[in-house]
Amino acid sequence: MTRLSPPAPPMHNRPATPPPRPAGRVIPAMLITISLAYLTLFLFLPLITVFTEALRKGFATYAAAYSDPAALAAIRLTLLVAAIAVPLNLVFGLCAAWAIAKFEFRGKRLLITLIDIPLAVSPVISGMIYVLLYGGNSLLGARLLDADIQIIFAVPGIVLATIFVTLPFVARETIPLMEAQGIEEEQAAMTLGAGPFQTFFRVTLPNVKWAVLYGVILCNARAMGEFGAVSVVSGHIRGKTNTLPLHVEILYNEYNFVAAFAMASLLTLLALMTLLLKSIVEHRSRHAAPDPVTRIPTLVTATPEPQT
Amino acid sequence: MSIEVHHVSKHFGTYTALHDVCLTVPTGQLVALLGPSGSGKTTLLRIIAGLEPADPAPHPEGAIYFHSRDVAGINARDRQVGFVFQHYALFRHMTVFENIAFGLRVRRRRDRPSRSEIRSRVQELLELVQLEGLAQRFPNQLSGGQRQRVALARALAGEPKVLLLDEPFGALDAKVRKELRTWLRNLQKDLHVTTLFVTHDQDEALEVADQIVVMNHGRIEQIGTPDQVFHHPASEFVMRFLGDVNTFHGRVNRGTVQFSSLELPFPHERQQIAGEARVFVRPYDVTIDTKSNGLPCLEARVVRIHSAGPLVRVELVTSTQQHLISEISQERFATMQLEPESRVFVRPRHIRVFASEPEVQNPPTAEATTHSAN
Amino acid sequence: MRKRTSHTAARLPGFTLTIGFTIAYLSAVVLLPLSMLFMRAAGLGPAGFWEVVTTPRVVAAYKLSFGAAFAAAGINTIFGAVIAWCLVRYSFPGRRIVDAMVDLPFALPTAVSGIALATLYSPHGWIGQLLAPLGVKAAYSRLGIAIALVFIGIPFVVRTLQPALEDLDPTIEEAAASLGASRAQTLRRVILPMVMPSLLTGFTLAFARALGEYGSVVFISGNMPMKTEIVPLLIIAQLEQYQYEAAAAIGLTMLGCSILILLSINFLQWRASRFGRTQ
Repeated sequence: MTRLSPPAPPMHNRPATPPPRPAGRVIPAMLITISLAYLTLFLFLPLITVFTEALRKGFATYAAAYSDPAALAAIRLTLLVAAIAVPLNLVFGLCAAWAIAKFEFRGKRLLITLIDIPLAVSPVISGMIYVLLYGGNSLLGARLLDADIQIIFAVPGIVLATIFVTLPFVARETIPLMEAQGIEEEQAAMTLGAGPFQTFFRVTLPNVKWAVLYGVILCNARAMGEFGAVSVVSGHIRGKTNTLPLHVEILYNEYNFVAAFAMASLLTLLALMTLLLKSIVEHRSRHAAPDPVTRIPTLVTATPEPQT
Repeated sequence: MSIEVHHVSKHFGTYTALHDVCLTVPTGQLVALLGPSGSGKTTLLRIIAGLEPADPAPHPEGAIYFHSRDVAGINARDRQVGFVFQHYALFRHMTVFENIAFGLRVRRRRDRPSRSEIRSRVQELLELVQLEGLAQRFPNQLSGGQRQRVALARALAGEPKVLLLDEPFGALDAKVRKELRTWLRNLQKDLHVTTLFVTHDQDEALEVADQIVVMNHGRIEQIGTPDQVFHHPASEFVMRFLGDVNTFHGRVNRGTVQFSSLELPFPHERQQIAGEARVFVRPYDVTIDTKSNGLPCLEARVVRIHSAGPLVRVELVTSTQQHLISEISQERFATMQLEPESRVFVRPRHIRVFASEPEVQNPPTAEATTHSAN
Repeated sequence: MRKRTSHTAARLPGFTLTIGFTIAYLSAVVLLPLSMLFMRAAGLGPAGFWEVVTTPRVVAAYKLSFGAAFAAAGINTIFGAVIAWCLVRYSFPGRRIVDAMVDLPFALPTAVSGIALATLYSPHGWIGQLLAPLGVKAAYSRLGIAIALVFIGIPFVVRTLQPALEDLDPTIEEAAASLGASRAQTLRRVILPMVMPSLLTGFTLAFARALGEYGSVVFISGNMPMKTEIVPLLIIAQLEQYQYEAAAAIGLTMLGCSILILLSINFLQWRASRFGRTQ
């Protein structure tokens, strides 16, 4: 039934997997049980809770949550923010990757570290720095308000904070792979008469497309789901400056649990879709590039990859 | 301590890695397991070490004995064998000293030597493998040959009664390899530890081993001294694997063997070969003459000559369009004044005949020396 | 170094354009806003700064944030190691799904995990109601904060340890066994030291993430000053009272910690690369 031992070694001399240990049946079963119990307690149960709470009062109540104009406004704003932040960070990520991966220059390590900063700082700080810069009590913010331009507690602030927190994703997924590809293919394309843009779009981009796509998926998920940073700059004006995660918070704090979890279930489906896409992209990229060097790095590391 | 392998088989899924293998390694001998990749030699070594289980009793007498003691139920940890891995498997987070001391430090408390005993034992081993002064280095700070010797010292630290080496020189460059194998042979003779090593390099096996076990497709083809396996190969496979060979298709018929345009006497009191057969001649057993001396011979034409080397290698084509290689001494080459397109007479001095059907277990074999050769 | 710069730059086009855009974008989006943290905190002067960051409420928040983040990262290191080991070494039904789901805390918006955990561990929730009779108050307590931080930290240790375990040469373990080491000795003396840099990196990443976490904690913590108020919450409280300088000062100390952690991770990875690989 349950196969606890690794698969049989392949036919060549040195098996790729460790040989099954005759004594070890109990220990694997125990470790797997511990793992599953831990993940159930901290991962699976919270996930299930979202859907059971959302459907607690039946499907009609669940559906009703979506007819609230404030909910629809929140969904629209969330899509708008992602539609601005993701393309901008895609362009940034590709530019940064080209400069960092294909050229040698002083201060490269520093630049990579700077790109990583948004991943390292608390979301609250990410939001706060925009309040400090553009808020009504700052020099710049006061000037802008005089010119009738409001950034904080308005949509532009939300967009800016989202751009900040999602800035690293495309760049850091693309840079290691582009570095691994070297510059020979581009040089070959140039000697064959390709222009700079032809070289980039026909040679460089196809080689890193899975990494870029992967970065975009992560960037989008974070853009739509960011809570802390957006919460600081939004001002929580219902129907106007509420993104979906902020709307969830408001509904929850109003004890409107079914509606809160209904909105949350939408975000959860987005997250599950992201994981699915990630698995597909990982599978595809491994298929396209079996070489471990060009394997797409996992999304976890918040620091620069060690340079070989 | 002797090693006895009785009727051991091993399958990986549907693939047969070992088929009913029997083998005895006498105490203190240095034995080579020789074969191409996929012949099962490494699998056999790993089963002896306890790193891989053999198939559960396909044969009622299937077992492995160390000095008449059945070790089937004993795992690798307790078999007390020294195993040197192909890529050394050194612990990269430990120094050379710590690597060598590992086997002593993990012993159960009552068997564990004291700190100072361990230190002196490691020192002794470092001297043995000529790595004094490198004790505090990490494995990635060593050359390939040095790593190999650390792996050997580590395996010897526990004074194993059996030493097993998997392609011990496989990862080294040619020059270091030659030096190390002579050194290993001398070391083995000094320590008198029963040693079994895997190799796919016939020169290595022929030079180092007391006994050679030639393996192919999970079976043992022949066991013998280097001299026996080289000069008296038991099968076509052994013949082909241990050096270059010229092959002819022929027939055995009433005391003679016919191949190409030759018919040689073939006494077959002991052999059951009849009909289709294959005839093998080593290149150095092909003599060349510029004129016929009346003995049975083949007419041939010289195609190419490689004279750079201890022997001159002559490529020939016979009048029946058979390609043939001959190796002759430099002196003989000089007296003959051969050049491409020369017409020559070729005579096999020593032939070996094997029955023609391929894939036969232990095909009946025979050898014959043409009457004029000696 | 410099020669190589001009050499490669001459070969491929677009360096000036892309580096220019990169630096301009980073300056506008990251550097300029971040510099405000220094400017505003500087407005307090050294004495004022010190006073703000040492008030009892702030110190209590630091203690809580560091303590809870440390505890959560520690728990995740132990269980993350077990999970990574299972995922790499054993095959069991649903392994691929479990493997994919480990990333959920990343992909799930923190507000969602926050309300889900608060509901689950509240006295009426599935787990909360089991804990309540035992006198354990999970939600709206320090324990609740740790629970939320455990949730968001799960992927870090698992994902940093997985590749390290996959890269382990199986013959290393066989070598240890043939030298007489037991499974426990092999684990402690061979495997653990070899994956220790990855384990520490995973711990540090989980710790760094937990230190700044806001969304998933805010719903379950109860947010009582001096009791269950973490640093990010405290910053928001200061902002809501228009205490911008104080918020900037507290934020700056947090940023300092984050940068220290970043540096220590770089150090760990440098150490990990020191041994290299024996072939």
